[in-house]
Amino acid sequence: MSTTTAPSSEAASAAPVRFETRPEAYRHWSFQVEGPVARLGMQVSEHEGLRSDYELKLNSYDLSVDIELADVTRRLRFEHPGVRTLVVESSVPRIFCAGANIHMLGSSTHGFKVNFCKFTNETRLYLEDMAAECGIRTLAALNGTCAGGGYELALACDEIVLQDDGNTAVSLPEVPLLGVLPGTGGLTRLVDKRKVRRDLADVFSTVAEGIKGRRAEQWNLVDKVVPSSRFAEFVTERAQELAQGDGPRGRTANAEGVVLEPLGGTYEQGGVTHRNVTLAIDGRVGTITIKGPDAPPPADPAAARANANDLWTLRTARELDDVLLDLRFNRPDVGTLILKTEGDAAQVLAWDAFLAEHAEDDWFVFEILATWKRVLKRVDLSARSLFALIEPGSCFAGTLFDLTLACDRSYMLDDPDHPVSIELSALNRGPLPMSNGLTRLETRFLGAPDTLAAALAHEGPWDARDAEDAGVVTISPDDIDWEDEVRIAIEERASLSPDALTGMEANIRFAGPETLETKIFGRLSAWQNWIFQRPNAVGEQGALTLYGRPERPVYDWSRT
Amino acid sequence: MGNVDLNARIPNNVNLKEDRRLQRALEAWQPKYIDWWMEMGPDGFQADEIYLRTAVDVGRDGWAHFDHVKMPEYRWGIFLSPAELERVVPCGDHFGDPAWQQVPGEYRNMLRRIIVTQADTEPASVEQQRLLGRTAPSQYDMRNLFQVNVEEGRHLWAMVYLLHTFFGRDGREEAEDLLRRRSGNVDSPRILGTFNEPVEDWLSFFMFTTFTDRDGKFQLLALAESGFDPLSRTTRFMLTEEAHHMFVGETGIGRVIERTAQVMNELGTEDVDKIRAHGAIDLPTIQRWLNRWYSSSVNLFGGEQSSNAATYFASGLKGRYKEDKYEDHVALDAIYPMDVPGNGGITTEEIPLRNAMNEVLRDGYTGDCEFVVGRWNRILEKAERSERMYLPHRRFNREIGIYASGHYDVKGNPITDAEWEAKHDQWLPSEDDLTYVKSLMKPCLEHGKIASWIAPPKKGINGNPFEWDYIRFDGTSAGVALGASPSLTG
Repeated sequence: MSTTTAPSSEAASAAPVRFETRPEAYRHWSFQVEGPVARLGMQVSEHEGLRSDYELKLNSYDLSVDIELADVTRRLRFEHPGVRTLVVESSVPRIFCAGANIHMLGSSTHGFKVNFCKFTNETRLYLEDMAAECGIRTLAALNGTCAGGGYELALACDEIVLQDDGNTAVSLPEVPLLGVLPGTGGLTRLVDKRKVRRDLADVFSTVAEGIKGRRAEQWNLVDKVVPSSRFAEFVTERAQELAQGDGPRGRTANAEGVVLEPLGGTYEQGGVTHRNVTLAIDGRVGTITIKGPDAPPPADPAAARANANDLWTLRTARELDDVLLDLRFNRPDVGTLILKTEGDAAQVLAWDAFLAEHAEDDWFVFEILATWKRVLKRVDLSARSLFALIEPGSCFAGTLFDLTLACDRSYMLDDPDHPVSIELSALNRGPLPMSNGLTRLETRFLGAPDTLAAALAHEGPWDARDAEDAGVVTISPDDIDWEDEVRIAIEERASLSPDALTGMEANIRFAGPETLETKIFGRLSAWQNWIFQRPNAVGEQGALTLYGRPERPVYDWSRT
Repeated sequence: MGNVDLNARIPNNVNLKEDRRLQRALEAWQPKYIDWWMEMGPDGFQADEIYLRTAVDVGRDGWAHFDHVKMPEYRWGIFLSPAELERVVPCGDHFGDPAWQQVPGEYRNMLRRIIVTQADTEPASVEQQRLLGRTAPSQYDMRNLFQVNVEEGRHLWAMVYLLHTFFGRDGREEAEDLLRRRSGNVDSPRILGTFNEPVEDWLSFFMFTTFTDRDGKFQLLALAESGFDPLSRTTRFMLTEEAHHMFVGETGIGRVIERTAQVMNELGTEDVDKIRAHGAIDLPTIQRWLNRWYSSSVNLFGGEQSSNAATYFASGLKGRYKEDKYEDHVALDAIYPMDVPGNGGITTEEIPLRNAMNEVLRDGYTGDCEFVVGRWNRILEKAERSERMYLPHRRFNREIGIYASGHYDVKGNPITDAEWEAKHDQWLPSEDDLTYVKSLMKPCLEHGKIASWIAPPKKGINGNPFEWDYIRFDGTSAGVALGASPSLTG
């Protein structure tokens, strides 16, 4: 297949989705910082969604709204280190948020829906990460209608305050009204995070109009209900209370932030070009190449901050993130990804050492590490087959070595004439956990604690043969076998059913314990994606198809 | 309250005597209702004896039983229109199935929402009107106000009956919430916007009973077509009472217009100041009140394109006004040509009929209102005046629906923000108007007397003359403090 083959997804045939934005360009949110309190007000522009065939009424959202939310979540961490509380609210009277736009969902392809939900789920997790990692407390101020995705957004905040006017309710109407699930973490957070009793969660999730007032508080659907007349005042006071004291790692009132400049990549049919990360597409196979650092790390965190936008480590993480999103939304046919690196492993290790040394005490350095953590998780969660090719001239050490562990397989050339090595850094040993809470090495060696211990104890680089013996690469073909081995592996992979591969990969990548995150992506999303394919939701007489239309849905009553 | 007492005090045709579930619910609710009535009902006149009509039966003679009663002792009853034999679901996907005598589980939440929304308007209007007794233009009008109030109370009972009987604990909780919300209260407002606007003067009261209660009439007419038979029968009976409220409103405004025309003729003037100096309300001011309350009431029908409306119709929970006049009761493939605001003007779009059901009902309402305005104009005609009242366009001054985001003149033409600002006081009550109308609001409670701004009715209530003691004032009554003669010992 050539690169000129028409994409199969409607989303891809529309204008490509771009993920870079900045507060001045927001169309759907107001964002204000006053001292230690930031206020993020939803005010969705009806006619400025991603596509023009639906209107984003009643603060309902599409991807364009969530891209801005993801952006502000990231910028808040980097640009406003003095902020202690984020108030998530609405700038529209009597409406907080009506959730994801149903007409958008109803008219989107399956693939787009899946990726939309994945992105929105990641963004909500980023909100929670921000609270946990930066100590920025999040307060959802529900001034009115708060349905579906609107309530799921609130669920991702630390505290939820609901206006009590005898009428305003929180609700998850997806099951009774749309025949789908509250799939942006709603069901999971209800019982796992807020620990709402399962029978009450059952009642709540089947009452389209939701639960209001005191009962919402009693059931722990919200933390507090406040009369309308005191609502604004209460939110302001509570935000100030939550904003007391300094944050971790030097997040003080006078800490100066770092403005994230646009990456300004070049996007073409054949791929993406960023400074440190490129994507080159050949048919259904894409090759991501990451350039290692060509200079040593800065002398200290202050020097790093001064040069933030050109800093190799941060820039590379951001560029890789952008490439992953571009692949997900704009290049659905590129099912197999080859991961390569170019550069000096020693330099990568030096940068890792810099991060490891300062991340404990310096908020900015920590943010770089946290960015890598999120990007690596996004790799884990990408529904593409991932093969790492560890070849001469590559620099798969430390952070970049973790990328090979995020891949489904890794191939390391065993050629004594062109030696190649891989090596761990401190960052492989804890700070970059997967969504199951374990490091990629721990997950890899779940059933072999001795092998894990040996790998962790290993000092210095592994050559190809040792690496295969240590189990840290999949296979180390020699120079004679290499070309064929790699070619056949890629061709074979690219020939398998993309659906089966997606399911297979998602099931074997995440061994180990369950967490809120793994449940959201592994259970809630999987069921949602199944329902999204079923006639009861998307058939001609399905509930999602018919929502807003004059007909009532007709269900096939058989249960599986 | 014991069961025996309950049965004696609550006239009904729902076999309350045998219905333990309803008895239990009412035992808890009824005292709270009385508390609400004392707190939020007509202020200052609870000890007076009012000449009120009480429904004691659904038969021809039963529903119009007149007597002097104290309002807190009014016998609020529960009546359903007699059951129709073999009634079927009159519309939607279940068209032709036997009508439901119990709530279908799949529609329980929707039905509860419909009933609660309707029910909430009933106590709301009592609250909105609670201070009007103190400025009544005559005993006759005061009596009509209180009649409207007690009947709105009864309509609340009718809806609460449905909640208590068919919706279990949820229904009982909703019934309590109906007594907890307060019109205009920022913390606990009534559900619909219009029912949070204060009705502060009698001109507003008559406009409210003409236009807002007429929305109620049309909502009841649509609910009378419900496949849920108890709702249909309940609303059918409520309609007989609603008719009186609109009578009060329409004849009230008619009498104001009659009086104004009379003053204009006597003085031979159209000058607003001169008319006002004579204590009458000039026609442009009446028109502005009309514009305000009509446009506010038009909002109550909801969005022009509504998936809720489609669902209610499809489910057979709410039909169209006079559903039996239509041939197609399923209305699945039909379309409704709808004017929608587009780029730079109004265009017509074809909307699936089911999604346009709010607009269909609004069409009926608007037509009905046109007739009312026509009858008011006949009063002007009869007085040989050339001025005419008009009904503004439904796009005018909207807060809900597709016209809410722009401005439109009274003929429905799109206008700019600046034009709107410039014309606002010409179309809607100004501060000046409000001050003037408020200045007229002085009680006139002496036997047979009437205020300067309104003509007396052609005839009184139930064959009695206008000059009659419709109210027997208690010595402690606010009415006595306001100049009425006490006829009861306090």
